[in-house]
Amino acid sequence: MSTMREVFARTVTEAMETDPRVVVVLAEISRDVFPATDRVINVGIREQAMVGVGAGLALSGLRPVVHSYAPFLVERPFEQIKLDFGHQDVGGVLVSIGGSYDDPGWGRTHQAPGDVALIDTLPGWTVHVPGHPDEVAPLLRTALAGDDRVYLRLSLRTNARAYPVTEGFTVVRRGRLGVVVAVGPMLDRVLEATADTDVTVLYAATVRPFDAEGLRRAVRAADHADVLLVEPYLEGTSTRLVTEALADLPARVRSLGVQREAELRAYGTAQDHDAAHDLDALGVAAAVRRMFGHGGQA
Amino acid sequence: MTVTREMGFADIPELYGRMTGDEKHEWAAASTLPVLWVLYDRVLDVAPDRVDDPSRDRFLLSKGHGPMAYYAVLAAKGFLDPSLLDTWTKWDSPLGLHPDRVLVPGVEIGSGSLGHGLPIAVGTVLGLGLQGGDQRVVVLIGDGELDEGSNHEAIALAGRLGLDRLTVVVVDNGSGTHGWPGGVAARFAVEGWEATTVDGRDQDALHEALLTPHVGTPLAVVAEVR
Repeated sequence: MSTMREVFARTVTEAMETDPRVVVVLAEISRDVFPATDRVINVGIREQAMVGVGAGLALSGLRPVVHSYAPFLVERPFEQIKLDFGHQDVGGVLVSIGGSYDDPGWGRTHQAPGDVALIDTLPGWTVHVPGHPDEVAPLLRTALAGDDRVYLRLSLRTNARAYPVTEGFTVVRRGRLGVVVAVGPMLDRVLEATADTDVTVLYAATVRPFDAEGLRRAVRAADHADVLLVEPYLEGTSTRLVTEALADLPARVRSLGVQREAELRAYGTAQDHDAAHDLDALGVAAAVRRMFGHGGQA
Repeated sequence: MTVTREMGFADIPELYGRMTGDEKHEWAAASTLPVLWVLYDRVLDVAPDRVDDPSRDRFLLSKGHGPMAYYAVLAAKGFLDPSLLDTWTKWDSPLGLHPDRVLVPGVEIGSGSLGHGLPIAVGTVLGLGLQGGDQRVVVLIGDGELDEGSNHEAIALAGRLGLDRLTVVVVDNGSGTHGWPGGVAARFAVEGWEATTVDGRDQDALHEALLTPHVGTPLAVVAEVR
């Protein structure tokens, strides 16, 4: 099976053959997965210039795809994202790899659990967090055909199967006790953790815009307005949108994600880090039990 | 006010004064005014009725702080109704202390935070070139602004890519605390740019410098204003 990055490169390369607007800006990373053409611009290890150049391409009328490892795409040149795309009011497709801690052996410098939270401080961004390589191409094709600002977060972490790409959340399972929202690669772990619990499971490969109406529908169909949000990046990133969606209900909301309190100075595997953040199936199951009790399926 | 005649440089003090309330001194001290005037009067292929024309030249004011000279030139050249200058910095005015491309016709970028215009200009040159254009892209920065590392990413990149449709004007009024030993122009020349330094108040010298041939390399014009 192809990785998300391979699908990304293939989809963009195909789009360049038919859409003269599409142009790629890189900062060395992934230079070998794109064809050598004048529409793939490698600026060297210059991430501020990478984002600024992308915005200039957009101002000239093109559709830039700006790509790097997540911390070097979102965190280092964050003001360029805010001003060169947002304030100039131009569009572009930002595509990151590396996720929160895809390669934890590299340490903190190559981890970006705060990327979505940062993008979320800016108006007008669509944020996709696919959970399977097969979800990448349809999300990307739509993004490339548009004029808006899109952040596509790719990861080596994947679910066993892809779900059809929809604008809102997908109902994976229906239950009575409440609702669990699984974002992107968290779905398989959520399904394992909720296997014996009678809850609705929603799947989100797109978190901005946030499908508040889909969440409300699912909550209304359950017996309790209890929502557990499970995100693969910084914990609580989407909590405000859950609480706003349920503002007229006496709701209970709990959020799981990469924990905020401390920098983990540890290497090992991504699975080790899942466990440390209670984001493995055991950790999610414990949170499910705390929220929904031991209620078996009716 | 209806504009019934073409305005010239002699109208700048009055236009400037509509914002600052001072026609006598402040405009003359504006370090960017001479080069802005030369660009809009003699160099750039731009016009008020062509602000969306893809074939227009692009002028990016990266040094957006203190934009009164820019607004005055835009008004003199018909991009802005001069009466708008009276609204400067008011709640619903398009004219703030930093220019905003979304609000002001003819303004190519919003600026204010330093070090953004040059990388954007590099992308604009690349994008116009990919679409078969040969428009000129001119970006104005300051010597203090040159402190920002993003400029040096773009200077190296533009030099290596040989972007000869790109011109940078550096208005050098010695405002940087730590300065540039050996001169500002050397920072560009070492990266393969054509670089020239002129008196930033001499309009003819600025004009000549902006027409310096630079085949296969970008051009830097350092306008010294002391």
